[in-house]
Amino acid sequence: MGGQLGDHLHVEGDSPVHRLPAHVKLIGLVVFVLLVVALPRDAHLARAATLAVAVIVVALTRVPVRHVLSRLVVETPFVVFAVVLPFVATGPRTTIGPVTVSRPGLEAGLALLVTATTSVLMAVAFATTTSSRDLVRALQHLHVPDRLVQILAFMVRYLGVVGSQAQRMKVARESRGFAPRSVRSWPVIATSAGALFIRSYERGERVHLAMMSRGYTGRMPVTDPLRATPTQWGHGLLPGALALVTLVAVVVS
Amino acid sequence: MSAPVLDIRGLAFAYPDGHQALFGVDLHVHRGERVALLGPNGAGKTTLVLHLNGILTAGAGSVSVSGLPVESGNHLEIRRRVGIVFQDPDDQLFMPTVRDDVAFGPANLGLRGAELDARVESALAAVGMSEFADRAPHHLSFGQRRRVAIATVLAMEPEILVLDEPSSNLDPTTRRELAELIQSLDVTLLMVTHDLAFALQLCERAVILSDGIVAADGPTRAILEDADLLGRHRLELPWGFSG
Repeated sequence: MGGQLGDHLHVEGDSPVHRLPAHVKLIGLVVFVLLVVALPRDAHLARAATLAVAVIVVALTRVPVRHVLSRLVVETPFVVFAVVLPFVATGPRTTIGPVTVSRPGLEAGLALLVTATTSVLMAVAFATTTSSRDLVRALQHLHVPDRLVQILAFMVRYLGVVGSQAQRMKVARESRGFAPRSVRSWPVIATSAGALFIRSYERGERVHLAMMSRGYTGRMPVTDPLRATPTQWGHGLLPGALALVTLVAVVVS
Repeated sequence: MSAPVLDIRGLAFAYPDGHQALFGVDLHVHRGERVALLGPNGAGKTTLVLHLNGILTAGAGSVSVSGLPVESGNHLEIRRRVGIVFQDPDDQLFMPTVRDDVAFGPANLGLRGAELDARVESALAAVGMSEFADRAPHHLSFGQRRRVAIATVLAMEPEILVLDEPSSNLDPTTRRELAELIQSLDVTLLMVTHDLAFALQLCERAVILSDGIVAADGPTRAILEDADLLGRHRLELPWGFSG
């Protein structure tokens, strides 16, 4: 079977971050990121402070650095934009070494880069310490609409199954001499994709039958509700609280 | 004799597209019996199974489970009493972990906390999968998934266990281990299968469903020894076996 969604993100461990209940971490993450993006553009010191907070949280997860760095790849589009910005923005110019760039553009690019890195680091700290099962439980606990939670849960469960089906179909195509070389091979691939959709739909029907056979009535039962102590809430919201302090300090000064 | 666990009388059913799958099926299964439901592809076996817990509604005739008729008002109780294990364990196991999946049925029946945990543990113990409780289903082998699929239904403490093609896609060792597992369960069993040797090993009684009716009903060995009967219903022993 191919890589399973979620499996490659989550890293087993027993760090303080791992031990926090998933819904506390999720709320803590959202609050923190919202506050970080709310920082004014020229608050460079405050932004650096939030980056430091994110780095500390990632360090607390004790997830290998290499793993964290590889996850940062999702930030690439922001990095590209941040690098381009100083060259395309207007306003007063400034010279760095051999190149002359826009000063506001440079500041905006830097701000974007640090904000994105801080947010992604925090998201990685969440994703690596939370299993897909706990993520689903957290969303359920936070009263995200049941349908959306179920779609997510089934995606986590069945992406691998559908992926291996697609892989078998690919092997079957190639075993009969098919090689996708030109535009002319697209109809074959489209037909395969269509067949895959229909098979997945039929599987969905069978899964639904199996669910009904075990008494499903439209709501997933919550068998193992999440609980958090005030201390755990305190720990989970600490990064957000620190971000709030820096934001208030910037606004007041 | 007490009310049969499964009492099917004159059951007929046609699909909405007009294709009639069942033409008046009569079948009684008593407590503790192990019955093999044999029949060629397209005989209506799966259609029959889906009537047992009210997924499909009888066009004519009736189905009762321990005296309770299968009708829309009592589906939840019927689904507790009839545990169906479907053929593909990937259809049966849809929750993120084995434990959640085994808990799904009893939780729908309203069980929570220690009582629910006890059900899950005993069902997993019955199929020898206790140590895999926290694994994701897609990390298990096919045979292990089939065991867990049986546990998901055992956890509902059904009065009759219905297995749809339990021996399909298993290697010989896994197949033997599954047979030993099924033998160790103290339940009333209805087993849909093409695997005649598997039926002989596990069920003392066999029923042939063919063209939507019960074509034969008797001791498994006697039915398997009747080559003409098997032949008429597109069933045959594997090459090298004789009745």
